[in-house]
Formats: sequence, C-alpha cells, structure tokens
Amino acid sequence: MIRGRARLRIEKRLITPRWMTYAVPVASIVVALLLGAILFAVGGVNPLQAYGTILKGAFASTDGLAGTAVKAIPLILCGLGVGIAFRTLLWNIGAEGQLFMGAFAAAGVALYLLPDAPPLVLIPAMLLVGALAGGLWGLIPGALKGLLGVNEIITSLMLNYVAILWTDYLIYGPWRDPQGYGFPGSAPFEAARFPRLLDTRVHLGLVIGLAAAAVIAFALQRTRWGYETRVIGENQRAARYAGMNLVKNILLVMFLSGGLAGLAGASELCGLATPRLQMGLSPGYGYTAIIVAWLARLNPWAIVLVAFLFAGLLVGGDSLQMAMNLPRATAYILQGIVLFAVLGGELFARYRVRVVRKE
Amino acid sequence: MTIPDLIVSILAAAIAAGTPILFATLGEILAERAGILNLGVEGMMLMGAWAGFAATYYTGSVWVGLLAAVATAGLLSLVHAFLSVTLQANQVVSGLALTIFGTGLSSLLGRDLVGKKGPFFERIAIPLLSDIPIVGPILFRHNLLVYLSFLLIPLIAFYLFKTRPGLHMRAVGEKPATADAMGVNVSGLRYLYTLCGGLLAGLAGAALSLGYTPGWADEMTKGLGWIAVGLVIFATWNPWRAAVGAYLFGAMAALPSRLTSVAQVSYFTTVVLNMLPYLLTILVLVAATQETMRRRIGAPAALGLPFAREEKG
Amino acid sequence: MPSLAPCQEEAAVRMTGIVKRFPGVLANDQVDLEVRRGEVHALLGENGAGKSTLMSILSGLYFPDAGQIAIHGRPATIRSPRDAIQLGIGMVHQHFMLVPVMTVTENIVLGLDRPRFYLDLGKTERELLELANHYGLRVDPRAYIWQLSIGEQQRVEILKMLYRKAEILILDEPTAVLTPQEVTDLFSTLRRMAREGHTILIISHKLEEVEAIADRVTVLRKGRKVATVERAQATKADLARMMVGREVLFDLHKEALPAGEAALQAEDLHVVGDKGLLALRGVSLTVRSGEILGIAGVAGNGQRELAEAVAGLRPCKRGQVRVAGQNATNCTPRQAIEYGVGHVPEDRLGTGLVPNLSIADNLILKAYRTAELARGPFLNPQAVRALARDLVARFEVSTPSLETPVKALSGGNLQRVLLAREISCRPAVMVAVHPTRGLDIGATEAVHRLLLELRREGTGILLISEDLDELLALSDRLLVLYEGQVMGEVQPAQASIEEIGLMMAGAGHHNGAERAPEARAL
Repeated sequence: MIRGRARLRIEKRLITPRWMTYAVPVASIVVALLLGAILFAVGGVNPLQAYGTILKGAFASTDGLAGTAVKAIPLILCGLGVGIAFRTLLWNIGAEGQLFMGAFAAAGVALYLLPDAPPLVLIPAMLLVGALAGGLWGLIPGALKGLLGVNEIITSLMLNYVAILWTDYLIYGPWRDPQGYGFPGSAPFEAARFPRLLDTRVHLGLVIGLAAAAVIAFALQRTRWGYETRVIGENQRAARYAGMNLVKNILLVMFLSGGLAGLAGASELCGLATPRLQMGLSPGYGYTAIIVAWLARLNPWAIVLVAFLFAGLLVGGDSLQMAMNLPRATAYILQGIVLFAVLGGELFARYRVRVVRKE
Repeated sequence: MTIPDLIVSILAAAIAAGTPILFATLGEILAERAGILNLGVEGMMLMGAWAGFAATYYTGSVWVGLLAAVATAGLLSLVHAFLSVTLQANQVVSGLALTIFGTGLSSLLGRDLVGKKGPFFERIAIPLLSDIPIVGPILFRHNLLVYLSFLLIPLIAFYLFKTRPGLHMRAVGEKPATADAMGVNVSGLRYLYTLCGGLLAGLAGAALSLGYTPGWADEMTKGLGWIAVGLVIFATWNPWRAAVGAYLFGAMAALPSRLTSVAQVSYFTTVVLNMLPYLLTILVLVAATQETMRRRIGAPAALGLPFAREEKG
Repeated sequence: MPSLAPCQEEAAVRMTGIVKRFPGVLANDQVDLEVRRGEVHALLGENGAGKSTLMSILSGLYFPDAGQIAIHGRPATIRSPRDAIQLGIGMVHQHFMLVPVMTVTENIVLGLDRPRFYLDLGKTERELLELANHYGLRVDPRAYIWQLSIGEQQRVEILKMLYRKAEILILDEPTAVLTPQEVTDLFSTLRRMAREGHTILIISHKLEEVEAIADRVTVLRKGRKVATVERAQATKADLARMMVGREVLFDLHKEALPAGEAALQAEDLHVVGDKGLLALRGVSLTVRSGEILGIAGVAGNGQRELAEAVAGLRPCKRGQVRVAGQNATNCTPRQAIEYGVGHVPEDRLGTGLVPNLSIADNLILKAYRTAELARGPFLNPQAVRALARDLVARFEVSTPSLETPVKALSGGNLQRVLLAREISCRPAVMVAVHPTRGLDIGATEAVHRLLLELRREGTGILLISEDLDELLALSDRLLVLYEGQVMGEVQPAQASIEEIGLMMAGAGHHNGAERAPEARAL
C-alpha cells in the first residue's frame, strides 16, 4: 500500500533507451500469449495443450520446420513490402491484392505467353512479371494518393477485393482446368516448379526472400533513397523543405511495396508441388504481413524473424485444427491479440510511469 | 416486370441493402467527429452480426439478439478506445488489429451456426403510409431496423449541429487542446463517441444477420465495414450525405439480383457487378477528396491524432 | 499607487513555494508570488525563466509538485482549467485556444454549462455584444475564427474570459503579434478592466511593455524569483540586470561594408497565401551581398509567404525572383537550394529539422546529394560523420553525441544546428525568419554574431523578424511590410519607432530618401 497521498504520473520520455526498442515487442508477445491462454481457457481448451500443439507442429520436426519456412516466405516478402511503405507513412493495406495480381500475372505468363519455355527462362520471367503486376497494382492507390491526395488505406483495401474476385473468376471461369482435381484451379505448369533446398519442402523462395531482406536493409542504411525514406517518414514538411520530391517518393515506394507482394504471389505459385493458379493460394498473408511488419518495427531483419514466428503460428494453427479440432481462425485471433499487445506495449517505450508522493 | 416497377423495386432494395452500411457509417462519423479514426468497423460489424444471430438463435428473441449485437460490438470498440485514447497508440494499426481479431473470432465462434435458420426482423408495412403510390413501397415496407435508421439520421444531424454536447464533440475532434483548456473532458468524450460508433456498428451487423441477409456466414460483411469508412469521407462527416451514399451503395448491391431476375447475364458480368461496390468506393473517394480540397471542408482537424495535455520541458 | 495597509485586504492571488519539475528541467524552484486586487502585475523574465509554467499552474493546466495557492485569501486546489475558471481565473495563451472552424460565439460558449442542451445562440450573441461594447472590444460574434486577424482573435480570447466572469486575467506575451496601435488599444482595455476591479497578470520578456502597463513587476530567472518591485522604482537597466543576472549591453558592433552584387532580387511579386487571397501584392526588393535587409511587420502581413516564395516552397502568381543573377521564379525547393538559397524557417522543429532523427542526419539534410557525401545513389557514412563532427565543433553545438535526436536539444542549440547546416552550404542569400524567437539572451547574442559573420563573408541576408530592436540593430536597410505591400524603407540609424509603427499599421508611407525628423529614442 502506498502511504499518504500518492499518484501515478505518466511522463513523456525524451529518448527511448535502446534496449527498450527490443524488449517491448518481446514483452508484448509474452503478454499476448498470456491473453491467448485466458481465451483458450474460457473456450474450454487447455491452453498448455494448445500452445504445445502449436510449438510441436511448427518447430519440433523437420517437416514442421520446413512447413514453417515455406509459410514464412510470403510473409517475409509481403512484410518487407508493407514495411517500406509504412516507413514513409503510406498505409498499404493492399498487400493481399497485390499478391494475387502477382500470382495471376505469373500464371498468365506460364499458361499463355511462354507455355513451352524451359524452367530457366520461365521462372525468372514469371517472377519478374509477377513483381511488375503487383507493383502496378500497388501503384494505383499510390498514384491516387500522390497525385490526388486520396486516402490510400481504403483504396488499397478495395483493390484487394477486386483482385480476389478477379482471380476467383479466372479460376472458376476461363482458366478452369477441365481435368481439375483437388482444389479448383487452372491447368498446371510443371516447368515453373521451384527447385527444393536440401531435400525438403523448402523452396527457392526462401533464398529470394532473404536476398530481398538484405537488399532492402542495405538500401535503407546506405543509400540516398534510404535517407530520404527516413526523413519523409518522420517529418514530411522538413522533407519538402529539403527539396525532396514527395510525389515521386510515394509512387516509387508504393510500386516497390506492391512489387514485393507480387513477387510473393509468383513465388507461392512456383513453390507449389504442382504449380497452378488455385484457390486458397493465400490464407491472408497480406494482412498477416502487416502485423509482422509492425511487430518488427519495420526493420528488415526483424521482419524475417517475426515472419518465421508467425509462420510457425500458422503451421501450428493447422496442427491445432487436426489435433484439437479448432478452426484455423484461431490463429487470426492470436494475431489480433499480439497486435493489441504490441500497441499497448508501445506506451512503455514512449512514456514513463512514476509514483509521485504528495505532502 | 415493367420498368417503373423495376425502378421502385431497386430503390426499395437500395434502402433495405443500404441500411447496414448506413448504421456503420453513422457510427464512424460520430467517432471521427470526435477525432478517433476507427478502422475496426468491419471486425465490429462481424462480431455484432454473429452475436445478434447467435443470441437470437438460442433464445428465440430478436430483441435479445439485437441487444447482444450492440453490446458485443460496443465492448470491442472500448478496446480500440482504450488503445487510442489512454495508451495513445497508432489508431490505424489498432483499428486493423480490431478487424483482424473480430474477423477471426467471429469465424471461430460462428462455425456451428453456418447455414442455420433463426428468427429475424420481419418486414412491417406501415398502415396508410405504405399505400402511397411509389413512395409507399420504397420507404414504408421495411423492417423495424430500417425505420430506426430513418429516425437516426435527423437525430444525429440535430445532435451534431444544434446542441451543446454536439458542439463539444466537434471541438474535441477539431482542436482538442482548446477543448481541454475550456474544461471539456476530451478523453471522456472520445471514449463515449468511440463507444457510440461501436454500438452502431453492432446495429449494422444485426441489420445484416437479423434483417437483410438473415443467418450467419463466414465474413458475411464482405468489406462493408471498409466501404463505410470510405463513405464517411464521401459524406464529409455529415449524416444526410451519409444516407445518400449508403443508399447509393445499397442500390449497387441490390442491382445484380434484380437484374438477373429480368435478364440473363454472363458469369463475367456477375463478377464485374460484384466488383462495382469496391470500384465505386474508390471513385467516390477520389471525387470526395477533390471536393473537400476545393471547398476547404475537411476532416476534423485532429482526426487520428492522439491528444495529451502537453507538458513542455 | 498608494500601498495597502498590511492585513487590510487579502491579495487576489498568493502563490507560495511553488515547485514544478519537467523531465530534465526544474521549471519553478520555490517561487512566491503575491498579486493585489485591481493591479496590473507583470511577470518578467527570459525564455525558460518559468513565467509561463507558473501561470499555467495558476490557470490549471499543470499541477505543481509542491507549494500552495490562495485566491482572495482562501486556499485553492487547481487541478484543471475548469477549476481555475470556477475560481475566476482565466488565461489568454500565446497560442490562442480557439477552434478555427467555429464562430466567435460558439468558441466562447464552449465548455460552459449554459445553454443546457439546445444551442440557441441568439441570446448569447446579444450578451456578447453588450459585454464587448462595455470594455471597448470590437468583435463580431457571428464571424468564424479563421476569418479574423490575430488582433481580433485576441479580443475574442479576452471576451471569452470576461464572459466567464473571470476576475483574474492572465495574458501570456499578449503584444507579440500586435501592431503598436493595437498594443495601445489593448493596454487601454486592460487599464479599464483593472479600474473595475479585475486583477491582471501579464507575462512578458519585453521591457518596454512592462514599463508601459505594469503597476508592479516580479522578475523570474532560471526558475526562481529574483524580486518584486514597484514599476516606478526600477529602471530598465535594473530590470534587465535582474532578468539576465549580468550587465546587458544594448549595443551590437556592426561595421559598415561596401555594397556588393545583388544576391537576391524580387520584382513585383504576387504570391497567394493559404486562404486563397493574395499575401504579397507587388513586392519588389533587392538584397546585396554583404548586406542585411530587414523586413519588419506584424506577423501575417506576407512575411512567411515572402520567405517561402524565395525558397521555392510557394509559387508566385506574378513577378520574378532572381538569386545571384539566375532566374529562380517558381523553382522547386531543390532548385532553390542549388541556386544558393539558405533558409532558416520560423518553424524550427516542424519544418527546418526532423525531430526524431539524429543531429548528424539533420546536418546533412541539404547536402546529402552532393559529391562530398554521396557517390551515385550511395551515402558515405564516414563522410557524413566527419561533416557532422566538424559542424558541431565549429558552431559550438552542445550535445552529448552526434546520434542524439535533435528534439532533445535546447532552443538555442537547435538554432545553432539549423544555422550550422544552412551556413555550411555557403548560400548566396540567406532567408532568416524570426531567428531568435523564443531564445534567451545568450542564445540570441550567438545567433546575431553568426549572422554578422555571414554578412562579413559576403552572403546577402533577408532578415524577417518581429523584434524591432533586433532589426534596428542588425539591418543595413529596413523595409516594412503591411498587407503584402512594402510600406516604405528606412535607414535604421535614423528611423524612429513611431514612424515604423505607423507603417506596420498601414498608415504612413515612407520613402527611403526622406529622413525622419526625430532620431531613434534609446
């Protein structure tokens, strides 16, 4: 008990100590896990059993780890894309749609443009076109924002729905494979299959993702563009005053951001055991990527780390479904809780709580 | 069906279909006018829709369901309020988290209810008024929730512009520092109006699962919550324009089914029609942005910005 | 003023032992204040002396860490602006607390318990007009705040307090944004209010103001009270010494320099402001290298737009801008930088610097594209650090490290960083807007020295400031701007404050060739 009259005072910190920027996200995850445990318990599920299943499914076996790595790839790429957009205060919520457009374009190349090409030609072409398509899809809200000042959150989000409707149409309509089996989808294009790493399920996409992270990390630290990104993300007026071209930056960043998501889409296609444009290509990677990027505080290497974490959660979610009959949606609930916890945790990074005694 | 009948049918359907969006838009207008950007509308609507249907299914009473819907969404909105007002977190991300969470949770909780049928708000034709030619069928043959929305529009408009609490709300959204210095409880009001936004989002959800599309289906709002956020901008934060926008979208949503009853349309056309609401939202947003820049009415100046009494060092 | 017999009448305000701490600074250190009813009491001190903090405590914005407050003899706990208003205390801040998109009446009614629910403003408007006329304040209750001039907005603020039956009125630097005429009007209003029994507290750092209006003066320095004196008994020099703690020299050493080439030429500039109206209507001026051209005028008469037009931040509807002979009309900010325009903006942390980034990052804000720091698209981190180290040393920026975010710096150091960066780009012309606003005397002197050094090195300086003393001390020539037009040009050595004041208020044109009859009063 606090004697006398004392109050809690919240003071704004002048500078956030370095260790806090790492400690806060970690602590937030812990808090989130606790909250999730409570939710599980309330729902009549044994939280320890649930978490155990998730961990075992995701990390305990080679197959589990491989599965986690495979799911991490699109999260890394989309996360990187979302990350660079968020850095300049461009809220790109359209990664999901950009991913689908990338997949659509890549499939189009495989099915119609280069149907007989060898893998060495086809795969790079697909990746390039996929990235371009995603980039262009991201450029639409970018141009609307840069040139007309339209809020990019809503426009990029609306385009998600359009992109998904479009790919669904192709899958069920003109591109439908008459000999289809399993998921509804297009005819397969075997030549596009990514080589596998180390005799596991993990495919080339991982290399692409890590390479992208390296390139972006370098660019942010050591190039003029990276410096401009830092300034624009912090203070747009100062950026303009310093002669930076804000419109050009918006267009460029949204194109890059969409391009990375489009690359993820193409990569997902090539990573399938039987590459084809099919239903269920993305269980919301574009949206999860937002949480990944935010939790990683928009840092490229942290994004890679957190992507693995969340991929583990998704794989674990599948285990949950199989082992304990809980729907996949459970994973999204946990993601939402993590995001809440991270947001709340930021309070501690920015403010200091003190107990003040009064006489 | 003759052309005039078709038009009347479309307009009536526009109102029925537009009511959920209208509730959501009105709610978001209240929150944003007080300065809080709540992107969690979609999540709150879904939870409201689920809660409403679930409660109705298990108790047999639509009124219990309505209460459950409103309360659930309201509770969720308080989470966003806590994060945004007290913890001063980034409102964009907080709202997103709410939507992701709400979408996931409603999927989880509603999995046993998919495809089930339960009671819902039936259409009630108002005697006398519903017999007026043309206007009658369009306006007066709806369910109770629609009539409620009719009442809410002028009520909210009056509250906003002609009352003292409305004045305080607007001040909190425009210049919270000033409102605070004048003794207005900025945090309290922001909590209150975020909650109101949540309650109305719950109403919106109920208007779907207990009204327009009775029943429950995974992610049944299909982005309506997001469209509502866009509509707020189109409406320039004004309830009357919000109604215009909502009914416009209602017409858009009702069009495909009305058309197919009249003519044969290809799969492709159906897809395009389904895309229309989303594309139209973008267009509407572009137009609205140009207009606000031209007419210099804009968003509440402090929208999305956390407020704390500045302690200068 | 006859002094009151002790214990005959309780002081209107008595603050005892007030202590207030902020992160990193002790703003009020055991401050006592006693203000009598019906007097005009000035709180004098430099920036950072603690005057605003003390008054913010009195008006309920801050809560003290220690100390007592008594209003009219009764102890009072003031935890919020609402409490303060209930005790009859009202404060008019430096940055007005008004909602721009609402009307005068709506602003005044904000926060009140009446009208209860339905907003019937007709009656309130009538009441306001009556009240305003009683005190001689000219105000239109139906006008929107964004339509009003700063002086009119201030009247609204005062009216707001009077409507709430404030007996104790606190004004924070009230004359900073007024013309000399408006200042006279304000002071007569204040005296009227004091005669009627209101207690007035004025926060100021301007000695002339305090001399003109105050009955008693309390001087604060570095968070402590130095003394309370009767105005009649203290000279300006006394007050200055108490404010600063040492002898203050009112003179600056400035040598005459031969006029050089034209560094900046503006011809017939017409520039549109934020409200869609012309902010500059046909302004022409020339700044030669090695010369300081001062621009005087009340804020809001086109100064900001002039600076922005020269720096490429605002387009010119008509007219020409030439920098070092090159056509810089309607150029982009980047081109302006390349032509050689340096710009120290009035909004330091908002526009000129990036608060969360390090000092090093801020110092390269304009130079990061040059060959010294960048090779192609890549930045050279060693070169960046070297440049930052060099500038910090040369300009004596006091900071723990190069990586410290600039928002952690004091006002004086911030300005050093800004100036360091701009000066290191070796500009042909430097546009300095309110460069010493908010700085204490030490920092102000440093800035003045840097500007004079720059002048000696041949840069042409366009100095925009509200501080007439500064302008008269530094400028080689002085222009007065009013409503977007140049009212006249004066030679600082021969100008009189009255004359300049008239031009600032729009009356009186002055041709540079004519000489003013009276010399400047010292």
